[in-house]
Amino acid sequence: MMPRVSSGSIRLRLTTQLVVVAAVLSIVFVYSVWSVGKNTAETTQDKVLSAAAASIADALRTERGELVVDIPYSTFSMLEAISDDRIFYRIIVNGTTVTGYEDLPADPSLVDSRVPHFSNNVFVGEDVRTVAVKRSFSALGVPVDVVVFVAQTRAGYTRIASDVLSVAAWVGSGFFLFAIVLCLVASQSALRPLREVARAVERRGPEDLRPMRQLTPVEIAPLVSALNGFISRLESSLIRAEEFIADAAHCLRTPLAMIRTNAEIALRTTRSTPSRQALREILKAADESSRSTGQLLDHATVTFRSDNMKVERVDVVSLVADTIDRFEPVAEMKGIKLLSTPGRTTVDCRADPVLLRSALGNIIDNAIKYSPADSVIRVSTDLPLDRIRISVCDQGRGFGEKSCEMLTGRFTRGDNVEDIIGSGLGLTIVAKVVDSHQGELCIASNPEGAGTCVSIILPH
Amino acid sequence: MRIDHLAALTAAFVFPLFPAWSFEIELERNFTRPGNQEQLDIISTADLGPFTPIISAFQDENPGIDIRYVVASSVELFKALHAENASFDLAISSAMDLQIKLANDGKSVPYTSATTSRLPGWAKWRNEVFAFTREPAVLLISRKAFSALPVPRTRIELIELVRSHPDVFRDRVGTYDVRSSGLGYLFATQDSRNSEVYWRLTEVFGQLGSRLYCCSAEMIADVENGTLALAYNVLGSYAQRELSDGGGNAQLVTFEDYYNVMLRTALIPASATNVSGAGRMIDFLLRLDLRPDLVERSGFPAIPLSGSGGLDNTNSIHLGPSLLVFLDKLKRRKFLEYWSSSLRLDGEPGDRAEQRILE
Amino acid sequence: MRFLLVEDNKRLSKAVATRLELDGHVVDDVSDIDTAETMLGVAEYDMILLDLMLPDGSGSDFLRSLRSKDNGTPVIVITARTELTDRVDTLDLGADDFLVKPFAFPELQARCRAVLRRKRGRSVNVAKLGNVAFDILDGTLTVNGQVVTLRNQELRLFEILFCAPQRIHSKAHLVDRLFSFGDSGSENAVEVYIARLRKKLRGSDLRLETLRGRGYRLSSNS
Repeated sequence: MMPRVSSGSIRLRLTTQLVVVAAVLSIVFVYSVWSVGKNTAETTQDKVLSAAAASIADALRTERGELVVDIPYSTFSMLEAISDDRIFYRIIVNGTTVTGYEDLPADPSLVDSRVPHFSNNVFVGEDVRTVAVKRSFSALGVPVDVVVFVAQTRAGYTRIASDVLSVAAWVGSGFFLFAIVLCLVASQSALRPLREVARAVERRGPEDLRPMRQLTPVEIAPLVSALNGFISRLESSLIRAEEFIADAAHCLRTPLAMIRTNAEIALRTTRSTPSRQALREILKAADESSRSTGQLLDHATVTFRSDNMKVERVDVVSLVADTIDRFEPVAEMKGIKLLSTPGRTTVDCRADPVLLRSALGNIIDNAIKYSPADSVIRVSTDLPLDRIRISVCDQGRGFGEKSCEMLTGRFTRGDNVEDIIGSGLGLTIVAKVVDSHQGELCIASNPEGAGTCVSIILPH
Repeated sequence: MRIDHLAALTAAFVFPLFPAWSFEIELERNFTRPGNQEQLDIISTADLGPFTPIISAFQDENPGIDIRYVVASSVELFKALHAENASFDLAISSAMDLQIKLANDGKSVPYTSATTSRLPGWAKWRNEVFAFTREPAVLLISRKAFSALPVPRTRIELIELVRSHPDVFRDRVGTYDVRSSGLGYLFATQDSRNSEVYWRLTEVFGQLGSRLYCCSAEMIADVENGTLALAYNVLGSYAQRELSDGGGNAQLVTFEDYYNVMLRTALIPASATNVSGAGRMIDFLLRLDLRPDLVERSGFPAIPLSGSGGLDNTNSIHLGPSLLVFLDKLKRRKFLEYWSSSLRLDGEPGDRAEQRILE
Repeated sequence: MRFLLVEDNKRLSKAVATRLELDGHVVDDVSDIDTAETMLGVAEYDMILLDLMLPDGSGSDFLRSLRSKDNGTPVIVITARTELTDRVDTLDLGADDFLVKPFAFPELQARCRAVLRRKRGRSVNVAKLGNVAFDILDGTLTVNGQVVTLRNQELRLFEILFCAPQRIHSKAHLVDRLFSFGDSGSENAVEVYIARLRKKLRGSDLRLETLRGRGYRLSSNS
């Protein structure tokens, strides 16, 4: 039976979680590299801008009481060295623009002396970063405030940032892909001990109820110990179940035996016709309940055992011969001959011999019960289409109109056997055994005349 | 003698087709072929002469394109595109600084192609400005004037030579009027960056009385005809071309201390309507090196694309926004003040061109 | 035959003994292994009927020790447990057959005969009456040197009559003894078997008389 899979695969979950972690790490990595890159690019631009502005400001001088603005050639060189961005500037002296781009956004009132002031603006349709540097002079005793604005478009720095981002994204994706592979490998190897435990359990024979002894990782140890606990509980419950069945049988059968024996004695010793009739009824009832009890217990045993099959190599031919031996005296009592059709000397099959014997016994028992005196029951073993077929053909009355399906249902009997003792469990037991061996049960009319052939077909 | 304005020289060619625009052009030529559907408007500082074979070859390679080729000074070109947003598909200029400023101020659009990606990094900026020639500034000397003199190899030698022979050089030294010539200003500012010798040289020129020119062509002509004994910072490519069919009086001298190399650049103005045509023209120009015939006929020293042999660009003026520094209003005023006083010029140090650029 | 009945349930043991004695057998019934071993020491039995659950040990232990002492007395185990589980053990330990309680005496008889037949050679069991020799196990009659085989019910009917010659057996009594109670026996069937036996006894000293209204009697001429 396959276990119900409700919460998905551990491997999938483990992999998913690892992959999520890897993805988060990748994203964090990409984001931090990008933000550091962006930050660095911005800082670089700001530093170069303020250096450029400072170089202009530092070149300011007074000559003959007049302020001289002389932009050093190197001012723009340092700006263009970093990127291809456009450069703008504006120099305001005491609130009047003396040179540069007169419409470059600039507010000298915001600028403090000696501290570069940065702002972001839009100029000629582009984002620009503007730095302002203020210098105060005294020209012929008159204070002069000079504010130098230098602005640069940001495309180059944005590109640097986006280059950094794309490199980070590539590295991040590479890391992520690598991490996925690692996750798969890791989850595979993490679950290996679990698979090993599963294989060890699978390899065990059905009767192997020893606790598991192999070394397992710490994480698997609780599972193994739980498994061992379960195995020991299973073992004790198996023992209990077997004991219960045996006890139940004992409790029912001994009193029945007493009833039966005493009734027989009484029947032998009484001469009163009414008493004899009564005794016959008692015997009939005792037989009926004995048979039912037997089949119920058999059924319980078979049911119990087909879930815990003890499969071994069985020689079907000798199993059939044994079973025939066992039933011969009973058949003889009714003047029925049990014939084994000679065939192969051995036919090997993997089966639970107890279950198989019980199935065959039930079929033969049924056949004897429903066969008239002085008839023949043939039991044959052959290998059609590489499968094993055990057929029991009687010369009885057949099963009437009931279908095979119904006959194997519990407590169902053929519709023409009301006068014969039987609980109807026989074929149910047979069907169960056949089913647990992945075989087929086939009930057909005896091709050699009246009667029925019941066949068990098992895989070879 | 100071040649005051371009207009006087080019008046005959000027057609005020777009009266709404105030920039001035020198010449306009339409290269049309029957059945052409597409129109490509080019504004360029390069003369028609060297460019005609290039345009023809381009039209051979890209049938269906009519080209209107407008020649303007670099300052006018800049003004047209920067202040007036005149509609041109392609702007070709020798004034690297102004081209960079156009791009920096958002007046151009980027263009990328397989060809542009093969262009060395120093020859392009922001994929908006593409350099396709490498043209050195040279000293042009008159053989007659120098018949008895040694050819100077460095600026120091030149200073010594000019100082010691004022008779030969008085009023016979020519150079760009950096106030009106974008290229002249570029060469002058780069010179001033490269060496303090430049200012000594300027002062010597000032002492002797120098003639100022708007363009290389006139300087070359005056050296050729003996008006000038030497012309400083002449565009080598022009000189080379002119010398090949001149009288042989002018001689080209490349200084050994240093020399500036101008990169002629093309960009697609933001106002372009035929961007794809302009792109094809840029690709064509960048592949000029693969057409020795065109290099020969145009005289443009083409920049080889990467993979077709490395090129030493040590002397090239760096193509980048640092060129903006000398376009700064105050910086320019300061420079022109220096320059004017060195050359002992009268009048206003600044000029109208300056106003146009920076307003 | 002489039986040793080992059964701890006294009442059942008594009943079984009584029942066997009714068929003319001699029965010693004991209720524990100890006594059984004592009895075996002093007497020889044709058959041991052995219960498996005994107060002083298991019947299978007794069986094992019996066989280990090379005592070949036939043993039929009588078990109250299920046939399925006990069968293999007991047969392996040397029991000759086994019966599950409650059993029908005809079946016990049949099994006894089968066991004895298998074990024959040790004791030939032929009874003589007049010029008729009767081999109960083989089911053969030898009349004047001529062997006649009796089949099943004929044999059992003859056995009943042969064991108690001169006695009158009522038809009803015979029906009860011949047929187990699940089977459908009838007095007519008895008449058929009587007729067959008469035919087979022709030429012998034995006569099968019909006493109208009373029953049948086997008597000898000699």
